[in-house]
Amino acid sequence: MSERKRPKLAVWKFSSCDGCQLTMLDCEDELLALTEEVRISYFLEATRKVEKGPYDVSLVEGSITTPHDIKAIREVRKQSKVLISIGACATAGGIQALRNFRNVKEFIRCVYAHPEYIDTLTTSTAISDHVPVDFELRGCPVNKYQMLEVLNAALNGRKPNIPRHSQCMECKESGTVCRMVATGTACLGPVTQAGCGTLCPGKDRGCYGCFGPMEAPNTAALAARLSQLGQSGRDIRRLFHTYNANSDAFRKEGDNHG
Amino acid sequence: MAQPNSKNAAPYLLDMDGLGALISALARQGRQVIGPRLADDAVVYDDVAGTADLPAGWASEQSGGHYRLKRRDDGALFGYGLAPQGWKRQLYPPRQKLFAARRQGGGFAVEPPPPPPPPLALIGVRACELAAIARQAKVFGDRAFADPGYQSRLSTAFVVAVQCGEAQTTCFCASMGTGPEVTRGFDIKLTEVATPKRHVFVAEAGTPQGAKLLKSLKAPAAGAADIKAAGLAVKNAARQEKSLDAAAARKLAAQPDHPRWDKVAERCLSCGNCTMVCPTCFCTTVEDVTDLKGDNAERWRKWDSCFTLDFSYIHGGAVRTETRSRYRQWITHKLSTWVDQFGEQGCVGCGRCVTWCPVGIDITEEAAAITTQGRS
Repeated sequence: MSERKRPKLAVWKFSSCDGCQLTMLDCEDELLALTEEVRISYFLEATRKVEKGPYDVSLVEGSITTPHDIKAIREVRKQSKVLISIGACATAGGIQALRNFRNVKEFIRCVYAHPEYIDTLTTSTAISDHVPVDFELRGCPVNKYQMLEVLNAALNGRKPNIPRHSQCMECKESGTVCRMVATGTACLGPVTQAGCGTLCPGKDRGCYGCFGPMEAPNTAALAARLSQLGQSGRDIRRLFHTYNANSDAFRKEGDNHG
Repeated sequence: MAQPNSKNAAPYLLDMDGLGALISALARQGRQVIGPRLADDAVVYDDVAGTADLPAGWASEQSGGHYRLKRRDDGALFGYGLAPQGWKRQLYPPRQKLFAARRQGGGFAVEPPPPPPPPLALIGVRACELAAIARQAKVFGDRAFADPGYQSRLSTAFVVAVQCGEAQTTCFCASMGTGPEVTRGFDIKLTEVATPKRHVFVAEAGTPQGAKLLKSLKAPAAGAADIKAAGLAVKNAARQEKSLDAAAARKLAAQPDHPRWDKVAERCLSCGNCTMVCPTCFCTTVEDVTDLKGDNAERWRKWDSCFTLDFSYIHGGAVRTETRSRYRQWITHKLSTWVDQFGEQGCVGCGRCVTWCPVGIDITEEAAAITTQGRS
């Protein structure tokens, strides 16, 4: 290992399933190359060794769901030169943002024997709703190649190559036959940002919108088409209200149905 | 594709074994043989090793935003209409590495290019697809800055065209003057004659290398009855429901403020599917990638679409922020300004943009609505 000064990397977790951090560990071969380029200063899922801030680059997984989270994310921001939020939780509130549409107090009463122990916010929200974020990397979970590309760009001081166009373009590039046109399957691909590697359409499933809304999505036109294909209002609402339910475009379109 | 023959030789007759021998002969030439085969609920163009890979007895039902495979009872190998994507995938791949370089001292060294891939053999190219290939060849070749990759893939390819025997409901090649009859741009042309009792192919050479290959197969000459049946197939394919008034569509660019642009923008998803499946759309973007150390870099060319915001991004922002302006850009380029650039239209009437648009927007309907008086 060279003695030169490597940038310090921190990986933080808020309300999340840890899948995005696992994607980082799943980088395998590239992970070794990464440790040669950065000093992993804080990454509890990988090592208990912890170094104090400030950090050159922070990756933040998870959404903000408690008063404690709000304080903690402000501290992370203070300690980070570059802050990149990763995954649907950190960029849109995640699946747990479904609470935003319901009465959280009722949930607490139903689930916990001692509701008085629970100190939670009524909403699950994105990191960028609380502190300025330098880049938002989408996905549930994030795609490992995109994650490396964003880190790579941050380390080399360039703009990351992360397209904001539709999933359809990625399907066409990979030669995947359109599930919606060829089989009538409900699919969010035409309004979802590309980047997953065509995971579902490549396996004969419609897109579930894990990467959130694409640039300028026309959700109303897609919903009208889904309706023609036989999807009920409830189906359409549930399709939009999943991992990115609290992203503006998907929340509003889901609210219009069901 | 070599230079065409000056005179037409008498057609040969190939049976199923003869067609298999043709595919084998092309593979023996060291070619990657691409043809129609069943995959993912569609007939797509992909590697084929013999006639057993071809989609015998499959047809497709196509309309706006709708494609379904159907069985047909004549066992035809080429009765499937058009594949979701054309030969652009092979001749102009979605991702092309332009070069790779590595850091060397204070500068960088460009890596030697990899050896070229094997030449292609394309089986089952339709008349509209031949027209599309010719249009892309013009874009990538006629001007001062020819694209050596495209030109070399095309010039070394062996093209086996197959005459359409019927039209899809999305076809409008007849009105665009690009089909349905295969007239040029092929090494060998096949017309399938498939009935429950007889299944043969009338084969004609279009180039000396096509003639040489056909001769080597030692196939018999086609008889009058089969030649007549082949002629009927062409006539049948000319019966098309859709049409586009190409001359009127020339004037689309003169209608920048037509209210129909807003109407179509309400439906358009700006997903880019139409441009991806269009066999003439040629726009690309260039992307530089580095490894983590920054010691190795690669430059890639990727298919792009005028429906993305990044496509028109210049200093200060994107020029075409609204869907109406992006749709207008696409269709006016295709039908109006392409003529100014290249002397012909950018649409060949294959209908792929109609079938594969998730919401079924129909280029012929939009062009008619915008260019016809009183139909806004």
